[in-house]
Amino acid sequence: MTPPAMVSPDMAPLGMAPLGVPQASTVAPEVDALIGALLAISLAVLALVFGLLLTYVVRYRAGSDAFRGDLAAKTWRVEIAWTAATLLVFFGLFVWGADLYARLFEPPSATLNINVVGKQWMWKIEHPGGQREINALHVPVGRPVRLVLTSEDVIHDFSIPAFRLKHDVVPGRYLSIWFQADRIGDYPFFCTQFCGTDHAAMRGAVHVMSQPDYARWLDGQPASRSLVRQGQTLFMRFGCSGCHQAGNGLASSTVHAPSLNGIYGRPVALADGSTVIADDRYLHDSMTDPNSQVVAGYAPVMPTFAHVASEAEILDLIAYIRSLSQGG
Amino acid sequence: MSLTLPARSYLTEDGRLRSWLLSTDHKRIGLLYLGTTTAFFFLGGAAAALVRLQLIEPDGAIVSPETYNRLFTMHGVIMVWFFLVPVVPAALGNFILPLMLGARDLAFPRLNLLSWYLFVFGGLLSLSALAAGGVDTGWTFYTPLTSDYAKGHIVLVTAGIFIAGFSTIATGVNFIITIHRLRAPGLTLYRLPLFVWSLYATSVIFVLATPVLAITLVLLAFETIFHVGVFDPNLGGDPLLFQHLFWFYSHPAVYIMILPGLGIVSEIIPVFSRRPIFGYKFVAWSSVAISVIGFLVWGHHMFVAGTSVYAAIVFSMLSYLVAVPSAIKVFNWLGTLHKGSIRFDAPMLYALGFIGLFTIGGLTGLFLAALASDVHLTQTYFVVAHFHYIMVGAMVSALFAGLHYWWPKITGRMYPEVWGRLAALLIFFGFNLTFFPQFILGFQGMPRRYATYPAHFQVLNVLSSAGATILAAAYLLPLGYFAWSLARGERAPANPWGALGLEWQVPSPPPVENFRETPTVTGSPYAYPPMEDGVQDAADG
Amino acid sequence: MAETGIQYESPSHEAETAQAGMWLFLASEFLFFGGLFLVWTIYRVTLPDGFAAASRHTNIVIGAVNTVLLLVSGACLSAGLPAVQSGNGRMFRRILSGALVIALLFLALKGLEWHEDLNEHLFPAAHFALSERGAGLFFCFYFVATFLHGAHMVAGIVLLLWLLRRARSEPVASLRMPAESVTLYWAFVDLIWIVLFPLIYLSGRV
Repeated sequence: MTPPAMVSPDMAPLGMAPLGVPQASTVAPEVDALIGALLAISLAVLALVFGLLLTYVVRYRAGSDAFRGDLAAKTWRVEIAWTAATLLVFFGLFVWGADLYARLFEPPSATLNINVVGKQWMWKIEHPGGQREINALHVPVGRPVRLVLTSEDVIHDFSIPAFRLKHDVVPGRYLSIWFQADRIGDYPFFCTQFCGTDHAAMRGAVHVMSQPDYARWLDGQPASRSLVRQGQTLFMRFGCSGCHQAGNGLASSTVHAPSLNGIYGRPVALADGSTVIADDRYLHDSMTDPNSQVVAGYAPVMPTFAHVASEAEILDLIAYIRSLSQGG
Repeated sequence: MSLTLPARSYLTEDGRLRSWLLSTDHKRIGLLYLGTTTAFFFLGGAAAALVRLQLIEPDGAIVSPETYNRLFTMHGVIMVWFFLVPVVPAALGNFILPLMLGARDLAFPRLNLLSWYLFVFGGLLSLSALAAGGVDTGWTFYTPLTSDYAKGHIVLVTAGIFIAGFSTIATGVNFIITIHRLRAPGLTLYRLPLFVWSLYATSVIFVLATPVLAITLVLLAFETIFHVGVFDPNLGGDPLLFQHLFWFYSHPAVYIMILPGLGIVSEIIPVFSRRPIFGYKFVAWSSVAISVIGFLVWGHHMFVAGTSVYAAIVFSMLSYLVAVPSAIKVFNWLGTLHKGSIRFDAPMLYALGFIGLFTIGGLTGLFLAALASDVHLTQTYFVVAHFHYIMVGAMVSALFAGLHYWWPKITGRMYPEVWGRLAALLIFFGFNLTFFPQFILGFQGMPRRYATYPAHFQVLNVLSSAGATILAAAYLLPLGYFAWSLARGERAPANPWGALGLEWQVPSPPPVENFRETPTVTGSPYAYPPMEDGVQDAADG
Repeated sequence: MAETGIQYESPSHEAETAQAGMWLFLASEFLFFGGLFLVWTIYRVTLPDGFAAASRHTNIVIGAVNTVLLLVSGACLSAGLPAVQSGNGRMFRRILSGALVIALLFLALKGLEWHEDLNEHLFPAAHFALSERGAGLFFCFYFVATFLHGAHMVAGIVLLLWLLRRARSEPVASLRMPAESVTLYWAFVDLIWIVLFPLIYLSGRV
């Protein structure tokens, strides 16, 4: 069972926890400010509507002797006035919400990238150093973290209420969210897109740790190799190295295939004349559906790895290919 | 007013079952719809009761997660497609619309009967699938969960919805054409009752949105049967395309589920305030505006689904825009109460309760239309509470308002007033107790569709379930006293409320042909206070 | 049946209303197929190569012949309306029978085409013949679209048979309202095919 959000009292900076939900990320107070404004406006409108309603039904109840007088013949001035006022308030709220949303999903440049793979009915999490965990996510405080989300089966959704953050996790796509936790503690996360029988069991906790604690935690994990190393192993095991050049090793086979050195993040010319950037998505698709985007000058001979490599293994391979562009 | 009973009415004309089942009389078909939708309401309500019972305990009080998932799916499917969508248009609308227009029937009476049979057939098909084990997909049927992973009789359920969809298309065509072609002489655009305007706006959605749902369900069924299809990520398809197509129907469908309610309340408030509706033209056109803008906001269901930020911004702006006409309506109802002479008969109490619940539901919609707060609140109990306030709290209140208001016309008997008022108050309080705690649960992050939940959410869940017992009792109450009224109720005069609409000029219950002579309309239906003998001239709008 | 409904002032009031109802129903039907066209458009844009390659595997000869057949049947029905107005029952029955035969021919050819497609493993399940990304989506679209269009044809054929039966027993002048509505429906089925033909057969060949 996941414990309710707890904050270790000695380490936590002072922070608000409206309705018992801690504000544990940098954006949480901003989202709460917006919700607070919406709440204030709602309460004001509610007071107005209920106030007028109750006043009128009491004052103008049948048989009361309140003065009624003549009814206004023209009503359009009033109509225009309250329509315009409503529009104005709504427009303000829209701009506020949209601006914050755009920043919510715009990550800073240097982030700690962690892979999150949803699967009926668990979350598999992989740190860059190769540490894996299930239904738990350890992150350092005060450092921007980017979660790369993908799914092995159906649509899930990764939701961390204490960070005021959630996003769908869609099979066949890499979607990402980022956050910077600024409060040490344990905060629950949930799957919030219905995904089948044990949907409700697909939850866990984010453990926000001080940076030294996080480093210790990483070291204390069972000795596993980094994603790059694992990707390198897979690169051999799946026989990728037979055709593609990567690192210093030369491709052994006579098959003609593009070299992967330095390819990550660069534009690639395709056989159909178009150009794509070799990003996570492109590399993923090139493994699962190689003939869809063939590089110019090469034959479409690569077999698909869609049912050979799991999503987690594909992520390892991408990490390895990415490392080839970083002067490694 | 006279208390003499009509010698023959549509009720007594031919009492055999066969004559009811083959009737092309819009009044009888309206009652057939009322009977079937009521049955579906209590079935869907039973599923809801089990859902609330389960959630008393964090680990689930009564059923396994698998059963729970089937229960909430069954609740959603039945309530959306077989109760909320058809109940007001096809039951009350069917009965009242021709009477309001001074027509003797709808334009296509046999199509009307066919649409009821399609509805029943579709309903039975879906029900049989739900009875045979059900489906665990949620009423939204997202791919690839539904097409490749879910278990159960998905094709059968979707086939039932598909067929019921054509029944609503038939109703929509019938209403639109009737409103255009069968109005009594003198019944100009701006003399139409506001319920007619709202039924027209609803029918536009029936005719133009339902077919998109139909084709989406065909594509979904294809994918479920053959395990390949146009939403399949393995073929390069996009599962989000299903969501776009689904919400292109299902968001307008939300307005199907509220527009007729807005129409009913706009009828009732002037009658019981003895005052012309404030800003007739604004109330009328706001229904059309809701219907039109409602087609352009489906993307707000997908703010965290992975669509582009720009799309989200546009959809957020349009969502705020669609809220404006709703606000206009609320202000105009308040304006109508101002300087009125207000009576508190049961229909009015339901209508006032509607204003309260609709306002809360609408305001909480603003939280979800704003992008950044939607990210936190969407897919939690906040959303559940929000749409229940609109679709259940408000719409069922409006249904009861209309049912009490037109009950004397439909049955020729009065309902017991005290019981009617008591039920109205109980529904308002029971509803708020059930659903208000869910807003807080949602803010705290409790996801929807959870069979079990962390223990710190328990207190509010128990509170919500407690409210649900009151609400269930309150919903059963009208069933009892309406049945009593059918047998023992006081005979109703033709116009018990002193209302001005054409439907009150015919006897209660109306004769088979409604109007012996086609009436001629000379004024607004809201020119209150009326003269002693009914119709008077009034300036329009 | 022939008498005017109690809600109408005159037979022409009723006839015009029925016509309006049919137009509105067809608007609804257009959105039904519109969803399908949208699916085609989206994938044609995102996966142009797969769609083009798949389109080249369709049988353009049968497609073209069918297009001609359907247009001829539609022209027949339209030509039948003056016969109804002038009360020429014999002519009307002949024209109806002609349109019926052509429609059945269309369906027979369509069946043959499906049979060939399945033999060539063009159904995008196991052993699918094409490897281009998007080709499978094209054939999903193809089978759903042609099936739905065929279903509409079958409904139209039932309507034609019903009209033919009535034309045998009733004076043809009283059939004006149903004849016009059925012709309108048939024109819609034609129109859908006129959109489907280039989407399916031509998009990869130009």
